[in-house]
Amino acid sequence: MTHLDAAPPRTFLSPFRLKRHVMPGFSLTLGTSLLFVCLIILLPLSGLFWQMSQLGLADYWRIISSERTLASFRVTISAAAFATLFNAVFGLLLAYVLVRYKFPGKRLLDALVDLPFALPTAVAGIALVALYDKNGWMGTLLSAVGLKVAYTWWGIVLAMMFTSVPFGVRTVQPVLESLKPDAEEAARTLGARDWQVFRHIVFPQVWPSFITGASLAFARSLGEFGAVIFIAGNMPFKTEIASLLIMIRLEEYDYPAASAIAGTILLIALFVLVAANIAQSRATRHLHKGSS
Amino acid sequence: MTAPSSTPPITNPQVLALLRQKARKRAVLIVVALLFAALVMALPVIAIFARAFQEGFEVYSANITTPDTLHAIWLTVLTALIVLPINLIYGIAVSWAIVHYRFPGRRALQIIIELPFSISPIVAGLCYLLIYGATGVVGSWLDGWDIQLMFNLFGIVLVSLFVTCPFVARELIPLMEISGQDQEEAALTLGATGWQTFRHVTLPKIKWALLYGAILANARVIGEFGAVSVVSGNIRGETMTLPLQVQLLYNDYNATGAFAAATVLTVIAVITLVLRSTIEARHPHEHA
Amino acid sequence: MSLQIQNISKYYGANLVLDAVSLDIEPGEFIALLGPSGSGKTTLLRTIAGLQFAEGGTLSFDGEDITGLDARERRFGMVFQNYALFEHMSVAQNVAFGLKMRERSARPSAKDISRRVVELLDMAQIGHLAERFPSQLSGGQRQRVALTRALAIEPRLLLLDEPFSALDTRVRKDLRFSLRSLQQKVGVGAILVTHDQEEAFELADRIAVMADGKIEQFDTPANLIKKPSSPFVAEFLEGAGGYNQSGAGI
Repeated sequence: MTHLDAAPPRTFLSPFRLKRHVMPGFSLTLGTSLLFVCLIILLPLSGLFWQMSQLGLADYWRIISSERTLASFRVTISAAAFATLFNAVFGLLLAYVLVRYKFPGKRLLDALVDLPFALPTAVAGIALVALYDKNGWMGTLLSAVGLKVAYTWWGIVLAMMFTSVPFGVRTVQPVLESLKPDAEEAARTLGARDWQVFRHIVFPQVWPSFITGASLAFARSLGEFGAVIFIAGNMPFKTEIASLLIMIRLEEYDYPAASAIAGTILLIALFVLVAANIAQSRATRHLHKGSS
Repeated sequence: MTAPSSTPPITNPQVLALLRQKARKRAVLIVVALLFAALVMALPVIAIFARAFQEGFEVYSANITTPDTLHAIWLTVLTALIVLPINLIYGIAVSWAIVHYRFPGRRALQIIIELPFSISPIVAGLCYLLIYGATGVVGSWLDGWDIQLMFNLFGIVLVSLFVTCPFVARELIPLMEISGQDQEEAALTLGATGWQTFRHVTLPKIKWALLYGAILANARVIGEFGAVSVVSGNIRGETMTLPLQVQLLYNDYNATGAFAAATVLTVIAVITLVLRSTIEARHPHEHA
Repeated sequence: MSLQIQNISKYYGANLVLDAVSLDIEPGEFIALLGPSGSGKTTLLRTIAGLQFAEGGTLSFDGEDITGLDARERRFGMVFQNYALFEHMSVAQNVAFGLKMRERSARPSAKDISRRVVELLDMAQIGHLAERFPSQLSGGQRQRVALTRALAIEPRLLLLDEPFSALDTRVRKDLRFSLRSLQQKVGVGAILVTHDQEEAFELADRIAVMADGKIEQFDTPANLIKKPSSPFVAEFLEGAGGYNQSGAGI
């Protein structure tokens, strides 16, 4: 047997090397990865937690419970929740239509779904303002019926909706594709109407991925910045989102306050993602248990 | 009489009525979906071009070729050119390590490499300021050597790496796990070196997934706004990437200029989508 | 409760998969559609169920034209090849499904539904499985649940699409017997799709032998053996005669 490992001397990694690996390049690839992960991901993140730990609990509480911060949380969370709800419904509809039906323009629609991921958020932001401010195409239409979207809470909802559309569609789509038609056919022979088939057969099977998609969309909306600030109006207490408040605190060099707000938003997002993960694994309890 | 070349039509009126009723329901759903997509997604894109060309092509091209906007385009391209190879090398290395070896902390590493996707851009930017800024732990130490990482190209590159580093690995890992390592082992027994094995056996297998991940990462680098705006320092004509320039122009009440700059980004986004769906259509099983 | 199938023709693209098929089924009768794969028997069954629609021909049930009736309005209980149980529902919920889907005016009360479900499960001897989920059942148990679920809607006709093909040989014989006795107890007509001659001969009152989208012969098992109408039927049924003569028929 020839020794094929051409990697550099593995002095500092030796504790990791429990057995000889067949594939060469262990030290090289793991070393590169760890260096990158430490410098680019872990070290910066530790900065946030270090800054937060420097802050006493009393100080943290004073920052978080200030009227303006609380108002920004209220605005951000309520708009994100509303945008998520709306997207979950339309995302499911889009996914359903894309999976089940053939129609002209289907490929275009499929590509369009990814647009919000590809389009820079700042561009989305000014585009939405151009459409919805009082001179925009939609703005003129809506103001005729007395609705105002730009520079209001609804504008925030709209921007969050735009940026998180793909989550709702793309998480549900593969699950819908994998559904076998026979359960739905069985339901129809048992007398179920179309919406009953959807409600009792299709939806329960999509539910786990539906929660996942919604939680991803919600987490994304909580942190959305670029698309929102153009259309939000950014009035403190009314249309100021948490991300913008972080930015304002940063510009005032008030790093502790910025960190406290950022840490809180981060924790809320992580909490939602973890909770969704738990809910999802509960929902799939009966679906993936092997028959024994 | 010859055999029909396709299905003859259904003639039973009862069946036709039922099928028509089903088709109507289907049409309603399709129309609602298309309307939603048109209103929420397509219309904004059309609006960008409409506004950019509102005052004619001359004004548009004048806006695109202002020195600041050209510099912003250059800075954005430069950032993408620096970030891309680093992302590729890191993506390949981390996928290789995770797929081919079992080591303590492997599971943790898998979670950590996905972490940047669940951290919002502003928070990411803030983290970088806290560590690499002049008052940060690493930043103040580097300051002693007269090295500044924030509010310049360095900062923009670093934060772009953070925001996009999961893209390549998340394409490669599932693909490499499915395809296994038989072929690599065969190459090794035939006397290939580690590098030759990678170059001639692994790379051809993963090239489409690599390209796919790179395209997505690239689109994100070019379009990143929140994280970059925290660390760039927003110095006019110096550290403004194209998305930041869009904001600057917009806030300067030069909306037409902002929309002109935005068209460049929109075209890049559309190219990204086209490339992406082309790869998906041509090589459906060669990326995750 | 009789079913008349008249001149049903069905195409897949340019392929004619059912070629003017006609069949009359008497009330309470157990019919088998027997034929090699690709002979059109499953397509015929799905057309009867209302899951597909034929390009030509009519279906009528008790004199009522049902050709264009939606599957959900036909009230034909169907057992699918892989049973198509609702994996996210318990056995009891699976069986109750058809009753819960009824219009409000025709729907029994929740109490009546659960009482009915208990009765049905007991009749099928799977009462002890009521709270299990499909993933926790054996193949034979799954088939019984599927059959019970189909019977719960008080079907006018029972449609069985290869209901034994997913089971191993030992379980098959037991289940054949209990299927037949359940069907007789309920007194509902049944159409069984199968490629297994033994199954068809043991269960059916009459067998329709199918090939290439046509019915080659439709007769009692005894007559099929005695007087095969074509060389195909004779060849296809070769070996089945011995089974028939052994007296295992019904």
